[in-house]
Amino acid sequence: MAHGVKRKRGRAAMADGLRVIEAAEIAAAVRELCIEANIYAGADILAAMGQARSGDASELAKSVIGTLLDNAEVASRERLPICQDTGMAVVFVTIGADVHVDGDIGEAINEGVRQGYLEGYFRNSVVRDPIDRVNTGDNTPAVVHYDFASDDSLRITVAPKGFGSENMSAVLMLNPSDGIEGVEGFVMETVRAAGSNPCPPIIVGVGVGGTMEKAALLSKQALLRDVGSVSADPFWADVESRLLEGINKLDIGPAGFGGRTTALGVHILAYPTHIAGLPVAVNIGCHATRHKTKVL
Amino acid sequence: MGERQVQPCRIKSPISVEAIKALRAGDRILLSGTVYTARDAAHKRMAGLLAEGKPLPFDVCGQTVFYAGPCPAPPGRVIGSIGPTTSARMDAYAPRLMQEGLCVMIGKGGRSEPVIDAIRRHSGLYLAAIGGAAALTSLCVERVEPVAFEDLGTEAIYRLVVKDMPLVVAIDCEGGNIYERDC
Repeated sequence: MAHGVKRKRGRAAMADGLRVIEAAEIAAAVRELCIEANIYAGADILAAMGQARSGDASELAKSVIGTLLDNAEVASRERLPICQDTGMAVVFVTIGADVHVDGDIGEAINEGVRQGYLEGYFRNSVVRDPIDRVNTGDNTPAVVHYDFASDDSLRITVAPKGFGSENMSAVLMLNPSDGIEGVEGFVMETVRAAGSNPCPPIIVGVGVGGTMEKAALLSKQALLRDVGSVSADPFWADVESRLLEGINKLDIGPAGFGGRTTALGVHILAYPTHIAGLPVAVNIGCHATRHKTKVL
Repeated sequence: MGERQVQPCRIKSPISVEAIKALRAGDRILLSGTVYTARDAAHKRMAGLLAEGKPLPFDVCGQTVFYAGPCPAPPGRVIGSIGPTTSARMDAYAPRLMQEGLCVMIGKGGRSEPVIDAIRRHSGLYLAAIGGAAALTSLCVERVEPVAFEDLGTEAIYRLVVKDMPLVVAIDCEGGNIYERDC
């Protein structure tokens, strides 16, 4: 009965000129993205690591980067996850205004995660409650962020996030008087305190402005940018390059064993904020910083 | 630090006291032999057993613990990807286990002062695996058997037999520390 009702809604939607996307299609896409993101390292990151290897003076640093590049190759050849921490699945969905999803999109995303982690032989790292800590056994639920666009497509990004790096992330509500110096000081301090824990070379995602949760979300979205890309805003592009230079003088280095290659990129996203505030969030991504996107 | 040897030296686990004493922070080694996996949940349970005066599920004396929770083994493989987790989360438990005789820990990242003290006091050793090189490390694992707390899944204690697992001495028995460099 319920199924019949759904089909009718689907047909009615088509009659209205909406593009119908079945929930099962979304589940299949999420399944595939979970598998690809965990197994295949990003080409941008591999290129940045290759470049960093020749630029780092420390022999140990070169050897660690070499190991990470070998690891990425073995992972893709043997179809093994790059890292044993296959993460909590963070999913970004952008739904076009001319799209009608036939079925429960939230359930479809979790079904995709369930299938992807099972079929990929990935680790289940999610517990049902932060205090009783019983593993859910299928890596669900995902953390899902929805957004909307004006087209007739549905865009899905899966970004599995490991907690070696997530645990080293931080949010601070600065005062407007703290200015850009306050922002840069907080980013540097967060990276320094993280040290070797987030599996450097890291990617540093920074969200500035909005409210507390907006800054945090921006800092995660900043990690989705290609490594090597720069902010479209010349002011923030300058800040990014200054911070990257400063971070790479901290001598944390690959795996924390010292060297120049502590970060491969600093990505900043800024947003309007309140007259009384200057929220800053720093989300640290490891040397794998996994994410894959598919447009339906 | 880190540049005193060219080639990594091969070390057997359990690691002898003599071998531990010869290693210095920054040395690269290839470890072969037995190691036990244990991370957050297994450590919590072991601490609970010790608090109740009960025996640990395996004799930790002279042994090596690897802070790791592997991926499941795909068909035809011994184990899935496996690599170190952040050791600092085990700092609350490590000195107590070293008191029971645990000698060597494998993980990633710095350790607290009480752990560094315990390493010095008990002539222990802290080895760092490269975080995230987990597909590569899985190729070093020859055998896996569950030892305890199987209900914890990836967080259970497993006995692994490894061959030539690449590691770096992070904290040596004299307190030399690769994470504390003069710069």
